[in-house]
Amino acid sequence: MENWSLISLCVLLGLTTRWAVSFHSYSGAGKPPMFGDYEAQRHWQEVTYNLPVHEWYFNTTNNDLNYWGLDYPPLTAYHSLVCAYVAKLLNPEWVELHASRGYESHTHKLFMRATVLFADILIYIPAVLVYCFYFCDGSSKQKVTTALCILLYPGLVLIDYGHFQYNSVSLGLALWGILGLGLGWDLFGSLAFTLALNYKQMELYHSLPFFCYLMGKCIKQGLTGRGFFLLAKIALTVLVTFALCWMPFLSDPKQSLQVLHRLFPVDRGLFEDKVANTWCSLNVLIKIKTLLSRETQLFLSFALTLLFILPSSLKVLSKPTLWHFKLALVNSSLAFFLFSFQVHEKSILLVALPVCLVINEMPLIAIWFLLTSTFSMLPLLLKDGLLLPYAVTSSAFLFLSLYLLSALEKTTDEELRLSLSHKLTQHCLPKLSLIIKWKFWFSLVAMAALSFTSVWLEPPAKLPDLFPVLVSVLSFLQFLGFIIYFNVVQLMEPQRKKSQKKTN
Amino acid sequence: MAAPMPSEHSCFFALALCVSFLKCLLINAYHSTDFEVHRNWLALTHSLPVSQWYYEATSEWTLDYPPLFAWFEYGLSHIARFFDKEMLVIQNLNYASPATVLFQRLSVIAADMVLVYAVKECCKCLREDKGKDLLGKPSFILTVLVLWNFGLLIVDHIHFQYNGFLFGVLLLSIARHFQNRHLEGAFLFSILLNLKHIYLYIAPAYGIFLLRCFCFTQNNADGSLQWRGFSLLRLVALGTIVLTTFAVSFGPFIALGQLPQVLSRLFPFKRGLCHAYWAPNFWALYNIADKAFSILGVKLKLLDMNKLPKASMTGGLVQEFQHSVLPSVSPLATLACTLLSVLPALLRIWHRPDGARGFLRCLVICALGSFMFGWHVHEKAILMVILPLSLLAVESREDARIFLILSITGHYSLFPLLFTTQELPIKIFLMLLFTIFSFTSLKTLFRKGGSLLNPLEATYLLGLIPLELICEFVYPLTVWQKTFPFLPLMFTSVYCALGVTYAFIRLYISLLTCSDTTKRIKTQ
Repeated sequence: MENWSLISLCVLLGLTTRWAVSFHSYSGAGKPPMFGDYEAQRHWQEVTYNLPVHEWYFNTTNNDLNYWGLDYPPLTAYHSLVCAYVAKLLNPEWVELHASRGYESHTHKLFMRATVLFADILIYIPAVLVYCFYFCDGSSKQKVTTALCILLYPGLVLIDYGHFQYNSVSLGLALWGILGLGLGWDLFGSLAFTLALNYKQMELYHSLPFFCYLMGKCIKQGLTGRGFFLLAKIALTVLVTFALCWMPFLSDPKQSLQVLHRLFPVDRGLFEDKVANTWCSLNVLIKIKTLLSRETQLFLSFALTLLFILPSSLKVLSKPTLWHFKLALVNSSLAFFLFSFQVHEKSILLVALPVCLVINEMPLIAIWFLLTSTFSMLPLLLKDGLLLPYAVTSSAFLFLSLYLLSALEKTTDEELRLSLSHKLTQHCLPKLSLIIKWKFWFSLVAMAALSFTSVWLEPPAKLPDLFPVLVSVLSFLQFLGFIIYFNVVQLMEPQRKKSQKKTN
Repeated sequence: MAAPMPSEHSCFFALALCVSFLKCLLINAYHSTDFEVHRNWLALTHSLPVSQWYYEATSEWTLDYPPLFAWFEYGLSHIARFFDKEMLVIQNLNYASPATVLFQRLSVIAADMVLVYAVKECCKCLREDKGKDLLGKPSFILTVLVLWNFGLLIVDHIHFQYNGFLFGVLLLSIARHFQNRHLEGAFLFSILLNLKHIYLYIAPAYGIFLLRCFCFTQNNADGSLQWRGFSLLRLVALGTIVLTTFAVSFGPFIALGQLPQVLSRLFPFKRGLCHAYWAPNFWALYNIADKAFSILGVKLKLLDMNKLPKASMTGGLVQEFQHSVLPSVSPLATLACTLLSVLPALLRIWHRPDGARGFLRCLVICALGSFMFGWHVHEKAILMVILPLSLLAVESREDARIFLILSITGHYSLFPLLFTTQELPIKIFLMLLFTIFSFTSLKTLFRKGGSLLNPLEATYLLGLIPLELICEFVYPLTVWQKTFPFLPLMFTSVYCALGVTYAFIRLYISLLTCSDTTKRIKTQ
């Protein structure tokens, strides 16, 4: 079959899955008074459409910030505004100031879902296709296969089309940024990434590798000559993009400060709900939140995050290749997720994106990570009534990716990229690849079992949060393993010739 | 689809599993009143004695399938108990709790395993050419064409019916004939008839084929009938199997003296010539011609406006359609037309049987003939043509061409079945998925000898895209939506009727010429 038909079949499968997931419930459906993220997005449309720009981020009589106040950067606000114009055209009731609060209807749900699909088709899906066609080796069938696996990653689909968010926009823009850097279009890449950063501040998780990669490239070209030129151009692009995005808020420093304050709500505490990161898991043993002062918490999390992101980022700085860049993205975002302040469970999607990009090079580990990341959001998904799509998409992804990427066969030490560490541990551990395979199955069984018990068993009355905590601790332990693994691979493995060839 | 090509077996398994996952995702999609129909049957078979099954009329959706299907529902109802007991109460009309939806949907998905097995058996009957890339193998293409069939997916897993299971039995029976296990094939077909009597339409093909190829053991050298080859034993064996099946199914009702009641439920002749939404067949063209003539007549002052009967067009209810210029059609006339349309094909296989493939071709023609000329045909009946035709399509170029035209138009004509906005994207995605796959895979399979479709056919098929855009997106915005809401449906069925009619004619031509070509090949 021709390439175009394979690609369109792959995209259509992705779209079908997405739309089929969107039949299900969304966050906060029929749960007044606060509802959920779905209502937040609708509320932002209402606010941005009806209020002047300078009131968007301020608490005014018309804008109650305690009720889903805007806490994403300006690009999200503009996106909401565009959606609001369409909504106004379709049904003015959807965005009426105050009166539309908590508005829910079948048609409105369809409209909201359609906006997600539209953004996805426009930004994320083309980026994935371009990535697979330019940066995956193998036949075109293999490329399509990889694209299909990335498109079917359940975490993103469930959060965007089930829970309701526009992660495909920010992740898609970040992916365009990665593509730009990979293709050597540094200015385009930095433009795309700046846009991503201005869509969701969580993209900061990816920012250090971006910076280090570009910086490393400039250093390689010589900071006194061509490199400096490049650096200036990049800096200019970033600054101009930022300025354009923030234009309405730049006139008054109070405005910009208020936006920043909304974006980084330090007073919301070290963590909320159950997140599979260090602080929440540690909280089971020690009550850090009460034990340490806010400042100490801030300092501790900052220090630990920095400690974990620096090695990989420095590696990129010294060796700016796409392979190291991708791994650094994984390491940096995972470090942020595990150690930084105020992390949401959905932020794991930021780690999942770069992991998706290495699915071709280390299939088993990537699949394992992607499934774990979906599992770590289980409590959230259950709350939203997304059990069925969670179970179906996760098993489908597991089966399909293992089958299509023949992940279980590609588990030699070399393919797990552990040949060097293997040499070191040879005398004590006989066969590392076998151990990893067993651990993979073991953790799958554990996750499946915990999913079942969370759904079917009532937690004991004394411990109502037992299952969510177990889910986050189990995921945390696995994530901890992953961050060590990815760091080991990045820092100790000699790069394979093949990946060197395509990045230069 | 992986590059280190996995074995054929695991590929088949993957295709079946993935489509099941897709079906599971559709559990919460829109379901039609057929969902309530089957829930009601679950309830009534579960809570009433057999003698009451065909008399019960609390719900308007009375039991109108043959007894074996009622027993199937009875069996299901015993599992349904563990999901939600309330769905088994007859008085709970329109009961659709989440557990009920889950159970009913899962029962369809589970019953589809019959289809999976049948496709596996059908793949064994194909003439494979070895050494090809897996994606280009006929068995791979056939598997996708049947298991991922657009019509089956939307009719069974969104609209809600058990067609996958029923077609599984049909395809299995066809596969058994290909494998020369004729008695088994006949047995399966008689079971099928007792599950859903719509398959009576293809019974003539079975009857003639079994009589000709099974009961006559010898042929003359030129393939014509040799009367001395008749084997009474085989006829008796065949008769015993078929009659026993019917006796098991209808016996209890005959014993209870309820046969007339059962038959009146199975064959309700009070409905009109066409369904609310015209199936794309000959009568759609007939109706539109009548409409055109009457408008023309009024314009030219040949007819008096007031004398015309008030023709209610595709309005939404099952109503009689009165023709104003052309003669009205009676059920008997449609029966005669149907029989006349399939007679040449039956005569053909009587004189030149051409083995199981000839039988399959005749079966497809019977199904299409009855679709074209039958009384109160439902658009879903086109699946009875498309699915068996898939088997032929992967083996010959000409059939592949007919398959493309028929499957695309036939599937498109199923679009009005899902009228909810929520399902609009999914039906378009799935349709594109199936169409792009069937088109490109068949093109690759028969890449020798140029393109499959001629420019006219290609233009006609591409014309479906503007038609869809106008019907679904442009027309609802116009002022005519209020006054003539039925126009898009009418255009759809007339446009599709043209394609279906064309495919019917081509299929006939291929039947009447195909064995000549094989003979020519042999003599060369």
